[in-house]
Amino acid sequence: MAKRTPLEVSVAVAEAAKMADVDVVAAYPITPQTHIVETLAEMVANGELNANYIPVESEHSAMSACLGSSATGARTFTSSAGQGLELMHETLYIGPSSRLPMVMSVCNRALSGPLSVWGDHSDAMAVRDTGWIQVFVENGQQAFDHILWAFRVSEDHQVLFPVMVHHDGFHLTHVIEPITLPEQEEVDRFLPKPRYPYALHPDNPVSMGCYAPPFIYSEIKRAQDEAFRSPEVKQSILKAWEDFGNIFGRYYMPVEAYRTEGAKVLLVTMGSFSETAMVAVDNKRDEGKDVGIIRLRLWRPFPYEEVRDLVKDADIVLVLDRCISPGAQAPVYSEIRSCLYQEENRPQVFSFTGGLGGRDIVVDDFEQMIDKGFEMLQNGSEKEFEIIGVRE
Amino acid sequence: MSNGSLGWRDIKPGAVVTEPGSAAAYKTGDWRSLRPIWDHTRCVKCGMCELFCPEGCVFQNDEGYFEADLSYCKGCGICARECWTGAITMVEEEE
Amino acid sequence: METFSVYVPKLAPKYEGLVPGHRFCIGCGEALAVRLASKALGRDTVITCATGCLEICTSGFPQTSWNVPWIHTLFENVGAVASGVESGLKAQMRKGKIPEKKINSVGMAGDGGTSDIGLQALSGALERGHDFLYLCFDNEAYMNTGVQRSSATPYGASTTTSPAGKVSIGQKTWKKNLPDIVAAHNIPYVATACPSYPFDLMEKVKKGAETEGPAYVHIFSPCPTGWRYPVDLTVRIGRLAVESGVFPLYEVEDGSYKLNFDFPKLRPVRDYLKAQGRFRHLSDDEIQNIQQRVEKEYKKLKVRCQET
Repeated sequence: MAKRTPLEVSVAVAEAAKMADVDVVAAYPITPQTHIVETLAEMVANGELNANYIPVESEHSAMSACLGSSATGARTFTSSAGQGLELMHETLYIGPSSRLPMVMSVCNRALSGPLSVWGDHSDAMAVRDTGWIQVFVENGQQAFDHILWAFRVSEDHQVLFPVMVHHDGFHLTHVIEPITLPEQEEVDRFLPKPRYPYALHPDNPVSMGCYAPPFIYSEIKRAQDEAFRSPEVKQSILKAWEDFGNIFGRYYMPVEAYRTEGAKVLLVTMGSFSETAMVAVDNKRDEGKDVGIIRLRLWRPFPYEEVRDLVKDADIVLVLDRCISPGAQAPVYSEIRSCLYQEENRPQVFSFTGGLGGRDIVVDDFEQMIDKGFEMLQNGSEKEFEIIGVRE
Repeated sequence: MSNGSLGWRDIKPGAVVTEPGSAAAYKTGDWRSLRPIWDHTRCVKCGMCELFCPEGCVFQNDEGYFEADLSYCKGCGICARECWTGAITMVEEEE
Repeated sequence: METFSVYVPKLAPKYEGLVPGHRFCIGCGEALAVRLASKALGRDTVITCATGCLEICTSGFPQTSWNVPWIHTLFENVGAVASGVESGLKAQMRKGKIPEKKINSVGMAGDGGTSDIGLQALSGALERGHDFLYLCFDNEAYMNTGVQRSSATPYGASTTTSPAGKVSIGQKTWKKNLPDIVAAHNIPYVATACPSYPFDLMEKVKKGAETEGPAYVHIFSPCPTGWRYPVDLTVRIGRLAVESGVFPLYEVEDGSYKLNFDFPKLRPVRDYLKAQGRFRHLSDDEIQNIQQRVEKEYKKLKVRCQET
């Protein structure tokens, strides 16, 4: 029987990696990720997890060690955040290009400068184009669930791409939530251990990471991108969610709609703030406003069809970004807007940026955003974006 | 299939190369301007030329003498320089 | 020399981990060193390779020069990737996912990838005690990008970023002593080697691979392109470096130093320097300066050999 236990979300993430029976963890401590790797190190020290824990000297080496480990076919896990993810940056491209499966939990954190250990999505957006499968989760249970899901997807021979599970630093990592922990037998049923087909071993010598002259680089990158956006990868992602639901009773989708029926105004959010936004939507629905919310879970490969399908009847779409793109449009907004551009009856899309460096966005803020949406519906808007919750 | 005609569908996942030693198909012999010649009257079959060859293209023939696989030999002349009996000379490649 | 002819063919392993058809320059000392090392390592080896000459010359897609499993990811992370390879193999063997077997985890990088940009990853891997062997192929500059100086470039050498000029003698700093820095990690095995001494090189690589825990072999790899000497002199230049005391061959086993080739009288460094274009501009005074430094360092090494 699955049991419901109060757990710090970081501990739950470590618990998921343990239940996935990872072989190698290579990690470097960084706030707000520390509790995850501390817990894993403790599990290894106590013999509860049969894994090699590599306490590397930097995040660059953390991801590098993960690449080496994954290349031998070992089930590989790491976790990082903010500056750590940035220090990894060049190493992040190698996993997808060499098709090395592994899972990284990213505890989203703002980027220096100025230094901030608190949460926003700047780190996630900076690694947007590295070629990892990326999902955002909204609460502790989803964080736990998606570590298991990520291993299943990543190691699927139809996929073989590394997976990042983004969860908000502090807002998720450091809170205690009731988490339903499954039985090991259920996890084993959900998560087979397919042997990596090109594992480095003398019995079958392969060369991995050969260099590509101009005559072949484009073909190699196209092959990678075609695989990444292939129906097979999409099906594997969806099937893993479906099987997960059938075994554990919690079902997930690339994009999740909440109270979108007949909605004229739609909020689009990613990550833990979605739950706050849902409360605001409830309040406004109580006031008789036709408002709903779309929570983007799958960030890469981007779910174009699902997004188009969900927003097609709305008039106003309000996108919340937790990241600034200096001198340009905010990243999620830009993605949503370009996704809708070809539609005949495309809604007006408005950009809100907020929640930077650990700043809260409370229910009242979301209600104000929704009010602005309805005002736009009435009177239109000269502006296209607004930074919220910042003092003049 | 020549390398230049590889399309993206021909690329294995991760661009992994699964045939070990496949670069042997690339012949470096045409880099050469000098060629090693062995004088069998001076050769003592010690194999120093084989050991010191950066290409790994010197081999021992059925008679026990050494020779260079000219499809790879780049003509560096290390074998000739290091042959302590002076059995190897480098001669100009003719057009 | 009676025994010599018997000695050579018998002792050199026939196995080649690196096949001909590679794109190293004509007369490359690194190619020779890697080839000898791969003989010593044998089949049961996984190589982690840094970006550089070695990677570029052996891995032009869609072909590979390697007969052994090989991975290249980036320039500065060989120590870390090799840590992952070693841990991945060990964990899977312990958990019964793959059969128990001795497999050498070997990192290979140049002097830039080792003593400059890759030093942190190497130091981390050594300190953590991974069971792996790291081979540094030292050709004393960034050769793959066109002979730029590294911290392994010797004093007085002219490179493209430490050019000799009217007011400069070229490289103004003394070569960073990587083997000593590595030895300061107190790992079980450190050695220096040179392909001009092929059996010594192969024995050290073998010993390093068999060592439990981290092992490091620093391999002097003469480069005709960057050092500007005739291509057939590669082995000779290496020998001159050793005989002059510029690059002594020694081992540090569990902290104790041993000089493998001691010479009652060192050859003048002039013999070594004058054979190479990169040192051609050096005045007699500078050569004397280098001579003194080499003697001083050699003496220090000998003292250490006696004391440890």
